[in-house]
Amino acid sequence: MKTIRLLVGMLTIVFSATMAMADITIGVNLSTTGPAASLGIPEKNALSFAPKTIAGQNVKFVVYDDASDTTNAVQNVKRLVSENQVDLILGPSTTPTSLAVIDVAAGAKTPMLAVASASAIVKPMDAKRKWIFKVTANDDIYATAMVDHMVKKGVKTVAVIAVDDPYGEANTKEYMTLAQKHGIKTLMVEKFKRTDTSATAQVLKIMGKKPDAVFIAAIGTPSAMPHLALVERGYKGKIYQSGAAANSEFLKVGGKAVEGAFMPASPVLVAEQLPKGYPTRDEALKFAKAYEGKFGPRSTFASHIWDAFRVLEVAIPKALKAGKPGTPQFREALRTAIENTKGIKGAGAVFNLSATDHSGVNQLGMSVIKIENGKWALEDHTKF
Amino acid sequence: MDSSIFLLLAQDALTNGAIYILLAMATILIFGVTRITFLPQGEFVSYGALTLATLQMGKVPGTVWLVLVLGVVAAIMEAFRLQRAGLSREIPVAVVKTLIPPLVVSGIGYVCAPLNLNLGLQVLLTIMIVTMLGPLVYRVAFRPIADASILNLLIAAVAVHFALVGLGLLFFGAEGVRTPAFSEAQINLGVLTITGQSIWIYVTSIAFIGLLAYFFGRTMYGKALRAVAFNRNGARLVGISPSLAGTLAFALAALIGCLSGILIGPITTIYYDSGFLIGLKGFVSAIVGGMASYPLAAGGALLVGFSESFSSFWLSAYKDVVVFTMIIPVLLWLSLRSVHFEEEE
Repeated sequence: MKTIRLLVGMLTIVFSATMAMADITIGVNLSTTGPAASLGIPEKNALSFAPKTIAGQNVKFVVYDDASDTTNAVQNVKRLVSENQVDLILGPSTTPTSLAVIDVAAGAKTPMLAVASASAIVKPMDAKRKWIFKVTANDDIYATAMVDHMVKKGVKTVAVIAVDDPYGEANTKEYMTLAQKHGIKTLMVEKFKRTDTSATAQVLKIMGKKPDAVFIAAIGTPSAMPHLALVERGYKGKIYQSGAAANSEFLKVGGKAVEGAFMPASPVLVAEQLPKGYPTRDEALKFAKAYEGKFGPRSTFASHIWDAFRVLEVAIPKALKAGKPGTPQFREALRTAIENTKGIKGAGAVFNLSATDHSGVNQLGMSVIKIENGKWALEDHTKF
Repeated sequence: MDSSIFLLLAQDALTNGAIYILLAMATILIFGVTRITFLPQGEFVSYGALTLATLQMGKVPGTVWLVLVLGVVAAIMEAFRLQRAGLSREIPVAVVKTLIPPLVVSGIGYVCAPLNLNLGLQVLLTIMIVTMLGPLVYRVAFRPIADASILNLLIAAVAVHFALVGLGLLFFGAEGVRTPAFSEAQINLGVLTITGQSIWIYVTSIAFIGLLAYFFGRTMYGKALRAVAFNRNGARLVGISPSLAGTLAFALAALIGCLSGILIGPITTIYYDSGFLIGLKGFVSAIVGGMASYPLAAGGALLVGFSESFSSFWLSAYKDVVVFTMIIPVLLWLSLRSVHFEEEE
């Protein structure tokens, strides 16, 4: 018992000693366990590409896992801003966790750079969201790419099958608004759960209505189950997957059945196929080489963290002029600097932020991808 | 809805229902013998499918290490127990006895994993590894508190559930897998296409029910398990060791779970946390059977399968709500009849 107490005491001293140094401290909160672990794990992997120093200052990371749970996320971020007094929060990974921590981050006047996707994280702009940024494309960027492609292919009727979570919900909503504008009729919205053992019933119902295309809105491998069920039942129309389905495990689980499917996704996945001169091509290739050399197939989620560092590399030197890391002046200046990010070329997008747009990703950060021979093939990209 | 859709939905329901039957049987078995409401039953399902998938990739699955570590922990616990009981001289024999099975299993797993064996042998290897986990989990987590109240045992079961899910994520990663089908055969019956895999599921389920009936009705060990389930103290008086019965029940439950996982692996995507929901549906079926009756539980499992399949068709957003709401009328009915299946505390 005595030794344990001694050990704890020693650890505390060591810990507080490291805290006391005036380095730039970045608090990271990701979902590396729980249902969203397929996002959080590649994101955490990408932390290993963090710059060790920015403008001569050491960069320190405090990394927490929120287990994909909003309550944990709030607690973690509270700890980050109070105990660790971080200069910036990187994360969270998912939309619900990001929305949940807005109050805490804004309350502590600490800028936050989320890696989740929903527009609701940065819109509508208000006093709290002033502190919140994200390095991902908004939902409507995804939906625009997909609906434009549907229009091109002459799709008139669509059935949606969405995973029963906030991602499925938000994606469906954004898609439906745009589809309506373009005269595409949404016949029905069916739901399924990530861990369901079968989607046969939903697929049967959808096939009864004979839609031109089916849009599956889910993250990662769960997207494969309705897809496989559709193919098994002999569905002949087009199948669209959402951008978040695009990872290598999805291809593995989907196998031959997902051939020919379309998805709006980050151009990172098809970096090699982008025409020379595409604004994000070089950085995307750099990211792909680094990530694949260390962790296996590239992940768009990991590229978000990579891009966050690109933004910070430019913003932090500017902020350092206003104050020392660890001070409110520095955090305020960092916020302003991030907000004024212009023309930064990341792996997944070109970032042009403004006081009203805290995502800063335009249509250049989106492409349409087709699955061919078990690989991503570039189907369509934005003009540049 | 026309008749062809009805048939397809019914087929879907039967396939899932067959798995729930297996899991419900395991749940009842464990509850009867050890009074543990074994929520982590589903984890054996996901461990089974994921271990097989890892073997397919020619890698050593994390479950091999789990068997090894749990084996060592169990041996240490055994040594402590004997020392406390003043039986220090028995320690070496007991430790060796406890260590040998997990050592052998993890050793075989470690050696065979990279060999790219054929599917049949990989399935056997998977069954061996995951089945070994059952008794080990019992030894480490439940045997020390075997005489605690049902509530305490349930709390321990919840803890084991979280531990196993967390370890599953560590071992297998966050993404799902599909294992190859046992047979690619397809039989076309009008609108229905019956896949070889679903026939495997039906046949295995029926065969297993038969085997269990034989085991409980005809064999000495089976009868011993029934005796413990019927009356623990009485069974002890006639020389049946409750801890042996518990070990046996957990081994069977792990075997059933693992088999279910291997069976559904090819028809659905399995994640490290898929098992919980599947196991929970087996649990609901077991409740329909009053946690005691195997035939009633089998009926419950089919009921769960059918309500799941048909509610997915009509109300896909509320599917699980429909399934789990079913417990309420069943519990109401059971309590109104006020028959106590549980043993007196």
